[in-house]
Amino acid sequence: MWKFSLRRIITMIPQIILLSIVVFILAKMMPGDALTGLIDPNIDPSTIEEKREALGLNDPWYEQYANWISGVLHGDLGQSFKFKMPVSELVWQRLVNTFWLSVLTLIITYLIAVPLGITSGRFHDTWADRIITGYTYIGFAAPLFIFALVMLWIFGFYLDWFPTGGSVKPGIEPGTLDYFMSKVYHMLLPALSMALISTVSTVQYLRSEIIDTKQKDFILTARAKGASESRVYNRHILRNSLLPIAAFFGYEISGLIGGSIFIENIFGYPGMGQLFLNSILLRDYSVVTALVLLFGIFTILGSLLSDIVLSIVDPRIRIK
Amino acid sequence: MSFLEIDDLKVHFPIRGGFFGRTLAHVKAVDGVSFSIEKGKTYGLVGESGSGKTTTGRAIIGLNKITSGRVTFEGKEITDLRRASKDLRRDIQMIFQDPYSSLNPKKRVIDIIAEPLRNYEKLSKAEETKRVQELLELVGLSPESILKYPHEFSGGQRQRIGIARAIALKPKLIIADEPVSALDVSVQAQVLNFMQEIQKELGLTYLFISHDLGVIKHMCDHIGIMYKGRHVESGTTKDIFENPQHIYTKRLVAAIPDINPRNRNEQLKFRQDVKQEYEQAFDQYFDDEGLAYPLQPVSDTHLVALPERG
Amino acid sequence: MSEPVLKINHLKTSFRIKDEYFAAVDDVSLTVNKNELLAIVGESGCGKSALAFSIMNLHTRAKIEGEITFKGQNLVNLSTAELNKLRGKNMGMIFQDPLTALNPLMIIGDQIGEILLIHNKNMAVNERKQRVVELLTKVGIPRPEHVYTQYPHELSGGMRQRVVIAMAIANNPELLIADEPTTALDVTIQSQILDLIKDLKEESHAGVILITHDLGVVAEMADRVAVMYAGQIVEIADVYTLFENPLHPYTRSLLNSVPTTNEEQSKLHVIQGVVPALQNLPREGCRFGPRIPWIKESAHEKNPVLHEVSPGHFVRCTCYKDFHFPHEDKEEKQHVIS
Repeated sequence: MWKFSLRRIITMIPQIILLSIVVFILAKMMPGDALTGLIDPNIDPSTIEEKREALGLNDPWYEQYANWISGVLHGDLGQSFKFKMPVSELVWQRLVNTFWLSVLTLIITYLIAVPLGITSGRFHDTWADRIITGYTYIGFAAPLFIFALVMLWIFGFYLDWFPTGGSVKPGIEPGTLDYFMSKVYHMLLPALSMALISTVSTVQYLRSEIIDTKQKDFILTARAKGASESRVYNRHILRNSLLPIAAFFGYEISGLIGGSIFIENIFGYPGMGQLFLNSILLRDYSVVTALVLLFGIFTILGSLLSDIVLSIVDPRIRIK
Repeated sequence: MSFLEIDDLKVHFPIRGGFFGRTLAHVKAVDGVSFSIEKGKTYGLVGESGSGKTTTGRAIIGLNKITSGRVTFEGKEITDLRRASKDLRRDIQMIFQDPYSSLNPKKRVIDIIAEPLRNYEKLSKAEETKRVQELLELVGLSPESILKYPHEFSGGQRQRIGIARAIALKPKLIIADEPVSALDVSVQAQVLNFMQEIQKELGLTYLFISHDLGVIKHMCDHIGIMYKGRHVESGTTKDIFENPQHIYTKRLVAAIPDINPRNRNEQLKFRQDVKQEYEQAFDQYFDDEGLAYPLQPVSDTHLVALPERG
Repeated sequence: MSEPVLKINHLKTSFRIKDEYFAAVDDVSLTVNKNELLAIVGESGCGKSALAFSIMNLHTRAKIEGEITFKGQNLVNLSTAELNKLRGKNMGMIFQDPLTALNPLMIIGDQIGEILLIHNKNMAVNERKQRVVELLTKVGIPRPEHVYTQYPHELSGGMRQRVVIAMAIANNPELLIADEPTTALDVTIQSQILDLIKDLKEESHAGVILITHDLGVVAEMADRVAVMYAGQIVEIADVYTLFENPLHPYTRSLLNSVPTTNEEQSKLHVIQGVVPALQNLPREGCRFGPRIPWIKESAHEKNPVLHEVSPGHFVRCTCYKDFHFPHEDKEEKQHVIS
């Protein structure tokens, strides 16, 4: 397994390098550059040209890339012109918030998906299954941002059960239990909204895996052994059906990144998604570039995680 | 000069592994196989799974890359059939094992059978339809069925559609890879009889690949027994069945169930004797790696893989 | 006197196709005795596997009617819980494809151990492990302790089938059902597995039902043979009678269509037409009639039943009396035993 994981990690490196090049080139292709936002439009063009030369903006793209990437490797993602602070510091704050929101979303996703998927798969073609499948179709059809707005309106404004913005109640001392509870409280509604939508693919996946496994020959073998229905389900069907779900886990993370952009903006939650949209609107390119790079890396890490999880749970891969 | 000659054919597949997926070793699927087929005859290639019989057939028709060796067909080298001339390629066709998966379920019978015609001959729509109808009649299916889909046919009928496709271009050599293994006995009989009939009618030569010695005996003039990528014995059907020399051939022959229940005790004893002999004499018949030795002639037609004497 | 282990009476197993039930096994009656191997032979779609699965009620959506008497109980009326006490304990099953019949994510030891655990919850873990190793040894698996910890994909096809057999015999069942146990295996492995099944039967005196399409396997293994066509038994006899004096047109046609290694056949017999699909089976008259159209209508019975032509030899329909092969100019192939 170590060998497999290590090889998988090594194959990831060229992917990340390629990603960074693409991100860099895309950033360069965007109108304007680092100076456009910084300087007064009345300054003499020749002065600007001097500045450009000094900053290395006239160098060939690969030299600029080399400068940028060596900065990135040292943790220097540039300067945000809007916040007037290093991008790395700015992103770090938001990253922590998004990370916890994602963790909570994932937990809720699986808390919903596993029981629903199992019920639906085990009792397929019954009323329970039809209701659950109906819910998944609605989940597939409903756009996340509209659903989130409805949730916000019902539970945030109308019933007033949850806060409608921010990540923590202002004025609480960090590190205390109150602070922690307040954080969770703020995360709950956005996480639930996202989970209710993103869980439907997992429900469907688990359902079809169970229906599929039910028809496998080794289930017949188990029945011929005299195993009770509950034993057949718990020992044979469930374990074999959850395996692909475990493998799906990493891709779920990639999905969360896309979702967080909508959710954080709607709920005013200060995470990476919100920062991303704001930075685009403000043309804060160095922040956008850093975020795209990070999103990309998370996606690659997600699929890495999937493969490693699969290699742990599936002996057929583990042995190799 | 034989019609088809295979000389020291090797097909090795790389095993990748280690850190950077380097080639660590090779699976020697086919490892030095030589044989020849006379025109109008049937050569049977027998072996168990993993013996390399299917790979040999696929290599000849260019579906597996040949590592080394030579394949000559009517005196012309066709080792790289994919690059050989179009005429040569149309002369060799293949019938596949599973009539359920080898026909595209989304295509109609006319499109399946006409596919080779479209690749090699420029026919008008009307001519093409006529040819396909003739072919269907030849394989004993109703010419009206050209617009049907494969799922509307039974297993035996599908295999005959596969055969119609294979003979559409009037090939000279047909490589039949386990053509009846997926079929019931009564359907199998139908396909085998039919293959014999068209062989006579069209003067076809068959390379018949099978694991079923009963079928092989019924169909073939010459037989080659394969084990782990090499021949262990080859000869006429009589040589192999009446005078098997190699211990592996004996074991294979002994393993076939006898259809006379009165013989079952003898058969069991025979099988146990052969098994004992196999275990005791294994080292004499196989080299250090457990592979067969090169073939040595024991008569004009009969070759056996024995260690060199002396 | 032979002692019956299993008695099947008027068994009918129907499957639903578009809101209508069609019988895949239609009025089958047979018995299996202690220490007897009954082979059920027929081509795909004849209902032989459906019959085997009906005994343990392994069908998920089928209607089973009739009587299956085993250990004094009618299995058809048992609840799943009651049936589970017998499955795996008093009757064992060997499946066709040993790869798919084993759980890919469970080690061999646990898969065999499970069947011991289900029927004896009090067995100590160590004792169970020891018993599994014993079973593995019994079915001829070398290095049983090592195989105990392996996964199915690490074993060869023949070894996997031995594991499946070890599972089936774990609780010394009185009845063993083997559904095409060697179809997925190479010939040399096939003969080993068949010998193993035979040895185990001799040792335990269990009744064995062997489902197969291979007449050679039948000739080597069976004590008695039932030939099935289109959901019905068309002929049943002891193995010698069946091969020496086959009567039903289907049995005779089948025997003539197999290429064998110990005789010369210039041409194999071909049975005309195809086996009709389940929903198109003729439900009246001789079901094999349409495949032998040259036999006159009056030779068949209106409602064919099994006739006992000699003690223990039953043939369905009267058409066997008038049956002949179509090309009378060509001599009917000499039977194996003349």
